[in-house]
Amino acid sequence: MIEVEDVHFTYPIGVEALKGVSLTIKDGEFIAIMGQNGAGKTTLIKHFNGLLKPTKGEVLVDGVNTKNTSVAKLARNVGFVFQNPDNQLFCETVEEEVAFALKNFGFKETTWKKRVTWALNLLGLTEYRKTSPFMLSGGERKRVALASVLAWNPKVVAMDEPTIGQDYQQKEILRQFIIQLNTQGKTVVVVTHDVEFVAECNPRVILMSEGKIVADGVGNKVLTDVDRLTQASIVPPQITQIFMRLADFGLPVDVIDIYEAREILLKRLGKK
Amino acid sequence: MAVIKAKGLTYTYPNATKPAIQEISLKIEKGEFVILTGPSGCGKTTLCRCLNGLIPHFYQGDLEGEIQVVGLDVADTPIHKLASHVGLVFQNPENQLFALSVEKDVAFGLENLGVPREKMRKQVDWALEIAGIYDLRERAPHELSGGQQQRVTIASIIAMHPEIMVLDEPTSFLDPLGAQKIFKVIDELNKSLGMTVILVEHRLDLAARYANHVIVMDKGEIVLDGDPRTVLNSQKARLLGVGIPKATRLYQILKEENGLSTEKVPVTADEIAVLLREVLKT
Repeated sequence: MIEVEDVHFTYPIGVEALKGVSLTIKDGEFIAIMGQNGAGKTTLIKHFNGLLKPTKGEVLVDGVNTKNTSVAKLARNVGFVFQNPDNQLFCETVEEEVAFALKNFGFKETTWKKRVTWALNLLGLTEYRKTSPFMLSGGERKRVALASVLAWNPKVVAMDEPTIGQDYQQKEILRQFIIQLNTQGKTVVVVTHDVEFVAECNPRVILMSEGKIVADGVGNKVLTDVDRLTQASIVPPQITQIFMRLADFGLPVDVIDIYEAREILLKRLGKK
Repeated sequence: MAVIKAKGLTYTYPNATKPAIQEISLKIEKGEFVILTGPSGCGKTTLCRCLNGLIPHFYQGDLEGEIQVVGLDVADTPIHKLASHVGLVFQNPENQLFALSVEKDVAFGLENLGVPREKMRKQVDWALEIAGIYDLRERAPHELSGGQQQRVTIASIIAMHPEIMVLDEPTSFLDPLGAQKIFKVIDELNKSLGMTVILVEHRLDLAARYANHVIVMDKGEIVLDGDPRTVLNSQKARLLGVGIPKATRLYQILKEENGLSTEKVPVTADEIAVLLREVLKT
């Protein structure tokens, strides 16, 4: 469980990025944090593994205050996948990259070898085992970064903008993968402004604007609250936009997903 | 009049074993708004680089076939000459900005082209105005938000009055409202100035409404090329995993299961809503 209590954070250059954020993330939840560029999303999740410590307020991970704990220790529980994989990758082969953290955590050779094989297989990277990460495409590098985090089996996986630069099919693979992780009991936190991706996943959605949380709830409530979305610089999903234009026909307006849209419309219009 | 013409264009990067694009033939008319899409690694960026001469002049490698831009043969025209006709905006604005003020960044291209001072001032002010960043002209680009930075790169390109603007996923780092604003600026340039636009984009939910020509690439080849409604409604686009707009996808589902049908295939929320309102009334 992650508990964030009235957290404020000011960067050394004087920018106040978080202005009193409180939230609780229970084990096994799937959360999307959305909001405009510069809203404080990345700053917030960097508090989950202690990369940043609050200027004021507290963050507790499984009851442990991050203020008194090292990143190395917190990272065992909370894995962080950066927006740009190039900030994360540095080894000569994909295999070494994925093994790096495991070795640092002090796993035995037999154990880390097994885990590397498992993680590479999971993300479809086995054929690149001996390849340099920098020879891979952007999408593949993102998967290496993810594999290197999953390898040490953290309870919480936090991903910063995982869909940027990914095409539609890669996003669909990512979506299924996240759902699989979540089903296995992992807590998944995704920072994103990709509203169509979130609409297809339908997780708990937290909207941020100017360092504060402005909405927090289930996807089909938050993503259909136009005023709050606008405040957070987000456009409603296209399916929602369609149903908002049909509201006077007595159809629901909290629809975000195309399959639900299909059911509602076929019920009303009838099948061929 | 075709401003871009390619025939049998094949290009292989130095030391690569197979071509990044092959047998590309296309024609883009003056004033078109083209969306270029397709799975990652399909050769979109490589094709863009052929349009302003980065290929073959900077990247070298092996270029076969023909490509002409505003009547100039790319292989025989130096980059600086092509740059005054074709502006290229990249995905990440940070890679493109470097000056100490927005104004200087926007003026840089013109300085390099040797434009006289008075004319330069006029063109810079005009570009800042169009991109909606006139008030930011004295700020440092690196202090700005991602959306503002992307508008600076667009201003620095349009200041040179290119006939063709090529944008490689210009909004992928931006939040949806920021992205929408950029698309509107581009649309305005296209509609009011007749600038030819080539936009590389995956997020067709947001962008499809502006285009009048869609090209889909896969594995280095052009696999679909035509008007947006036909291309986005094709089964091939769906099977390739092109992110077709939800409005179009919903229409396809309802057409198949309910028999809903119209000649003008919807590509926006507005269009399908109008259609649905008609059938809901009866």
